[in-house]
Amino acid sequence: MGLLKNGQAVADSYTDVSEHEVIGDTVAGAIIVSLQQWQEHRDALLERSAPLGIVLRSNEKPELIRSDLSHFAVIALDFPTFRDGRAYSHARMLRERFGYQGELRAVGEVLLEQLHYMQRVGFNSFAIASDAALRDWETAAADMSVWYQPGADERATAVELRHKVG
Amino acid sequence: MYQYDEFDSRLVKERAEQFRRQVQRRLNGELTEDQFKPLRLMNGLYLQLHAYMLRVNVPYGVLSSRQMRKLADIARRYDRGYGHFTTRQNIQYNWIQLEQVPDLLNELADVEMHAIQSSGNCIRNVTSDQYAGVAADEIEDPRIWCEIIRQWSTLHPEFSYLPRKFKIAVTGSPNDRAAVQVHDIGLRMHRNAAGEPGFEVIVGGGQGRTPHIGKTIREWLEPEHLLSYLEAILRVYNLDGRRDNMFKARIKILVHQIGTDKFRQLVEAEWAAIRDSELQLPQAEIDRIAAHFAPRDYPQRNDAGDLLAEQASQNAAFGAWLKANVAEHKTPGYAIANISLKSLTAPPGDITAEQMDVAADLADEYSYGEIRVNHRQNLVLPDVAQEQLFELWEKLAANGLGTANIGHVSDIIACPGLDYCSLANARSIPIAQEINARFQEMDRVHEIGKVSINVSGCMNACGHHHVGNIGILGVDKKGKEFYQFTLGGSSGRDAALGERTGRGFPAAEAVDAVENILNTYVELRAADEDFLETYRRVGMQPFQEALYGTA
Repeated sequence: MGLLKNGQAVADSYTDVSEHEVIGDTVAGAIIVSLQQWQEHRDALLERSAPLGIVLRSNEKPELIRSDLSHFAVIALDFPTFRDGRAYSHARMLRERFGYQGELRAVGEVLLEQLHYMQRVGFNSFAIASDAALRDWETAAADMSVWYQPGADERATAVELRHKVG
Repeated sequence: MYQYDEFDSRLVKERAEQFRRQVQRRLNGELTEDQFKPLRLMNGLYLQLHAYMLRVNVPYGVLSSRQMRKLADIARRYDRGYGHFTTRQNIQYNWIQLEQVPDLLNELADVEMHAIQSSGNCIRNVTSDQYAGVAADEIEDPRIWCEIIRQWSTLHPEFSYLPRKFKIAVTGSPNDRAAVQVHDIGLRMHRNAAGEPGFEVIVGGGQGRTPHIGKTIREWLEPEHLLSYLEAILRVYNLDGRRDNMFKARIKILVHQIGTDKFRQLVEAEWAAIRDSELQLPQAEIDRIAAHFAPRDYPQRNDAGDLLAEQASQNAAFGAWLKANVAEHKTPGYAIANISLKSLTAPPGDITAEQMDVAADLADEYSYGEIRVNHRQNLVLPDVAQEQLFELWEKLAANGLGTANIGHVSDIIACPGLDYCSLANARSIPIAQEINARFQEMDRVHEIGKVSINVSGCMNACGHHHVGNIGILGVDKKGKEFYQFTLGGSSGRDAALGERTGRGFPAAEAVDAVENILNTYVELRAADEDFLETYRRVGMQPFQEALYGTA
């Protein structure tokens, strides 16, 4: 599966073990674990030297890992369907309230049409199912240039632009 | 009214072009119908029984004459020569071709209009008082806050995939003409003890399958904190609203299940974290938007009450229209003129392209080029000189727009029903038209007085039957249409849900039942009582006896 990160198509260096029954030592290198795995095997996971990521399902609020954020190089938020919009709020919490600075990855049913919204709430990498989506990324990224709301990214709002001094 | 600046214009233009590419991707087969559906819905496009339906936003019900002419033009060129105004102050076109929608949206953008978020599980067009800015009882013009909400809610990155649709209504007057208690969020402006204007925040009202009157979670909110407070409510809802069952996904169910106090605690805790963020609008921006709604510099006129009384005495039809359709204006010598879209010849809310042009011309001639749409599917000319009312009425009447029934028995709200809608169980429009036909004698209509009849073709309640003084709900009973009645509903300041009378009536007996209910009221009423007042005094029993007998 393709990974789109900071506007570039890149290879995913992480192995998602969140569905594995046993993590063990079978997987070398960077891994992404589930919340339950993190809670049950925290000490063992912290002993590994490779980068660690965690995936939160849409019903798992980021408050649950608020004090652990420094341990994660990647936080992946899952969209079980594109209709489930909880992760948009979770992303803003992580970025704006908890100050998470690492990679914030959208996984699950991630559609091209949603990339804008996802960027605005703080996602900076996207697991996208189709190559067409990667190809269309640049068009999509330029679709909209005006935003009314403050978000977790750097874009200026229409209100700020209207009242910019000078 | 509000005029787009470069940012507003660019957004609607870019959005139309974005949708053009999405339509292309759908037509190419790159998007499945399932994936395309939320995209088209968030651009106002539904797939109905016979064709696509496009719902165009009329932000808080305010239209310029130029916009109305464009709506007429669209009706002619993209539809079958008419449009349908809805209970949420929007306009719907029922015969639209998918391939043409991007061009249509682009034309709308040219006149500062759009269909963004007119459907889908997102924040819908904000609605308001159709008399905003001209009502004598108003504290502050709610359109200022509606426009602020319109901008904040448009393409909101966090709240575009909510559990379910989300509707906000604002009234700037203690007399509620915007049905704020039956919205997901209702904002009612009033003054606090220090005399400062602010909003009472009401959450969790709604109609549909499980109707609720909204609960007040904050008595008074400083307007400068409006957006952070709304954002706090929406965040709690986005995170905790039910997503397992679409019939239990509205915010009213969340508020009901966890309780008003718990819901309030969650919102207040969230608000505490964001109230002093960027969401607090700079005064310069509030002032910029408010300037668009500055009170007009009306030429001074004297009250023309004597002239109107004389005209009314000489022409009974004008007198009836004056009494039913004209409302008080805050400025002496001026009046608010309602245009009824409830004639005998067309479904409630329907208007032909020619009538739209007439309304636009008359707005230019008599009302500063401005038109309003109200939530009972009628139009309003908000700024008419009293001494010009008679000639305005003559021209309206000559174009089939002079029906004198605002707030009366034939001013019926009806959803599209089984004639158009894929959800409906029964027809609504024919029932409304049969009632209208039964009550054509205007003396009788005025003798009955103020009453609201609302008709829905299924339990989703798009025809607002729960809050009609007389509510009519169409149901399917073994393949036959039946109509159930509720009495005592209201969407005003004294909002209430109607109470079921009992078993329903087959279609052929439904209008007789309405007449029976109204005759019972006329027999029982005390002097000057309207239907609702009588019902509240005497209760359900006499009506049940009239409908079903005493046995």
